[in-house]
Amino acid sequence: MRKLALPDEILMQVEKPARYIGNEINSVMKDKNDIAVRFCMCFPDIYEIGMSHLGIQILYSMFNSWEDVWCERVYSPWIDLDKILREKKIPLFALESQEPVREMDFLGITLQYEMCYTNILQILDLSQISILAADRGEDEPIVIGGGPCSYNPEPIAAFFDLFYIGEGETQYRRLLDLYKENREAGGSRMSFLKMAAALPGIYVPLFYAEEYHADGTVKGRKKLYEGAPDRILKEIVTDVSDTYYPVKPVVPFIQVTQDRAVLELQRGCIRGCRFCQAGQLYRPVRERDVDVLKKYAMEMLQNTGYDEISLSSLSSSDYSKLNELLEFLIRECQKKHINISLPSLRIDAFSLDVMSKVQDVKKSSLTFAPEAGSQRLRDVINKGLTKEDILNGAKLAFEGGWTRVKLYFMLGLPTETEEDILGIGELSNEIAAVFFDTVPKEKRTNGRVQIVTSTSFFIPKPFTPFQWARMCTKEEFLEKAYQTKKGIMAQLNQKSIKYNWHEADVSVLEGVLARGDRKLAKVLLKAYETGCLFDSWSECFHNDVWMKAFAECGVEPDFYTTRERSEDEIFPWDFLDCGVTKEFLLREWNKAMTQTVSPNCRKQCQGCGANRFGCGVCFEHGKETERQQS
Amino acid sequence: MKIRIKFAKYGVMKFIGHLDVMRFFQKAIRRADIDIRYSEGFSPHPVMSFAAPLGVGMESLGEYLDIDVNSITTLEDMKNALNHEMTEGISILSVNLLPDTEQNAMASVAAARYLVLPSSGWKNGQNADRALGFPIDRIEERLAAFYARERILVIKKNKKGERELDLKPGIFELQVEEIPHPVAADGKLYQAVSMLVDASSSGNIKPTLVFQAFCADCGVLPEVCTHQIIRMDTLKNLAKEGEERRFVPLDFC
Repeated sequence: MRKLALPDEILMQVEKPARYIGNEINSVMKDKNDIAVRFCMCFPDIYEIGMSHLGIQILYSMFNSWEDVWCERVYSPWIDLDKILREKKIPLFALESQEPVREMDFLGITLQYEMCYTNILQILDLSQISILAADRGEDEPIVIGGGPCSYNPEPIAAFFDLFYIGEGETQYRRLLDLYKENREAGGSRMSFLKMAAALPGIYVPLFYAEEYHADGTVKGRKKLYEGAPDRILKEIVTDVSDTYYPVKPVVPFIQVTQDRAVLELQRGCIRGCRFCQAGQLYRPVRERDVDVLKKYAMEMLQNTGYDEISLSSLSSSDYSKLNELLEFLIRECQKKHINISLPSLRIDAFSLDVMSKVQDVKKSSLTFAPEAGSQRLRDVINKGLTKEDILNGAKLAFEGGWTRVKLYFMLGLPTETEEDILGIGELSNEIAAVFFDTVPKEKRTNGRVQIVTSTSFFIPKPFTPFQWARMCTKEEFLEKAYQTKKGIMAQLNQKSIKYNWHEADVSVLEGVLARGDRKLAKVLLKAYETGCLFDSWSECFHNDVWMKAFAECGVEPDFYTTRERSEDEIFPWDFLDCGVTKEFLLREWNKAMTQTVSPNCRKQCQGCGANRFGCGVCFEHGKETERQQS
Repeated sequence: MKIRIKFAKYGVMKFIGHLDVMRFFQKAIRRADIDIRYSEGFSPHPVMSFAAPLGVGMESLGEYLDIDVNSITTLEDMKNALNHEMTEGISILSVNLLPDTEQNAMASVAAARYLVLPSSGWKNGQNADRALGFPIDRIEERLAAFYARERILVIKKNKKGERELDLKPGIFELQVEEIPHPVAADGKLYQAVSMLVDASSSGNIKPTLVFQAFCADCGVLPEVCTHQIIRMDTLKNLAKEGEERRFVPLDFC
């Protein structure tokens, strides 16, 4: 029997011991004596969040498909176990072997959101790995980061040996081979880092220094090792139908956030909403072959026993074979009593028809994401959705029996005025009015309509047209939320509208980290040392401790958020290349200021630069777009 | 057709709670392609019922679950197919067809047999050359005296508050045994408190309560007596109204 790292007494003391025991269906056990490279993959949040992430499942299955590699997993221990591990000096361990993370060759950390940064320090600290990459000895694991936040790695650069920029499927085999080669040749940690720096997509932060102007903005970067590249271009999979897919994903025992089989339809998004980072980072759109998807779906369901499958994509409605895929899934899944969940669908006659087939209309709600309250502001952010689309969609939905509608908006978008904010209440009200106009009294099953309007605060992100934008202060945000609330209360149908808003403190901090530079490393370290952890959990977030850490380190948070950035400012992330050019982003920023909409990738190429990868939507049906560019 | 499945849950699986074990079986049954019957309605779910929930941290060699199936090949096939979908710490012991007259697993449960053993790793200095035992002198004698009492009163705490409960009528057997560990198979002898207690829905008695009451009776703190509990089997009562109790395992047909 597998021996657990923690004794029964500890496991019986903590909440949900199943988080720490491994042994799940499809988790992979190997004999460590037959293994050349041990890789521990980490999602720096609790098990239930980390286990819901598709990216780790993809890499886990890819690594473990290689005979010489054993990939294991580790997640952040919740605060109860965190305390015990510290007190008893028990090193953090991987779930599969239950052996210390410190004994692995690599620790890979996925960076999905900025608010997990203190958890990275927790993972390193509890693993008894040196927190600063510069301090790490020969026998410590190589710490590598990847995922969306690695597109501005500078605030956390000091804690990582490597960052992998882009999709993991392409370069990991070569990276691990270099590692083996270097070890066989008796090479040092430093010699491996130098070899790795030569690989496409690999960034070694130790080989660069960030230099600043007197005003604190970035002046440039100095190379500390000549062999390191000047710029690093992201890696992508050009043929997503012919690559690794986790058809045997690990199935957790306990209920996790995404507790279902996940079918990734495509990567990227054609839409180009100007606030959206994912929409730029994952360009160009690459669709997966529909027959491949059908095969994956059936295999996954057979291998996991899940009773639900979810389609995953940034905008499922844009998948060109969606109709065919859904017809197939509805047919197959009904036979086996399997549910289909359909997030990120545009609400129209087709999607409503599909939804009424796969879910209980009475119990489910419909989601619209207008993001802004007025057409003017929706044009600024390039959100293609019009008021007409929303009201028509709502009318169809109410006719179909739905009575619950969720609406998502952002507050604090560039150029936002009071009118735009009041538009949120007005739009919510009009949707409620559509219900009362559409559904006669005698047919109102629940008596009334429920509109849930939620706002989050806009946070400018790197590699978006809004990377130049000023972000609001906490006070401005709260005032906007108050105006929104007031606007809703003034509506005729206000009793049908429920309003939720997001915390402002944590959004401001996320804004600081998102567009931060290397000066933030000491603040992060200070915040962690003074008790910050699980910052994305409201019960654990302590804004005052963070603010104290900024003050003690002499770093001004406003510098990163409310400061106006000039068009020629060098950003900390400019040395990375996600395929989309800075010229294109600037063009889009200026178009935003004139409320000019950009058509989506399928309608007309905007020359973003991602066609250099030679794949995806840029080359669909011969494509006039290439001609347009030349 | 009704099928009764007997399974064991031990080792790392003891940390998986009852609801998660249910979810685990739902998935395993789907993976094993068992032709389970689904309930009617908008969201049909597989028809299955468990005998008696097992607390987190406890191991068991006698767990039961009933499922309804539309068809089967053979019982042996089903057992193999299910065992193929298990993971370390959970295994199928038997699969039986239930007579139509049989009550479902949960309603059938009358009693359960438990062993309380000292936690592995803990050694009683005095008994180190003999069995691994509890730090309680003359344990056989004291347990007998404890069991001989007319009433065994404990305070039971729940959400509503505290209430006094007499354990005595629900304890059908209570004695000390010296036995090899039924799960660990480590070649050592263990001193165990063995008990047969009421496990019916109306009178269920937690083995921990009995053991803690005994520890308190001996003036020993339960923390000192770190222990593990194994449910050896879950039983039904074949006796009719008015007859002497006759307990047999739930898969006895």
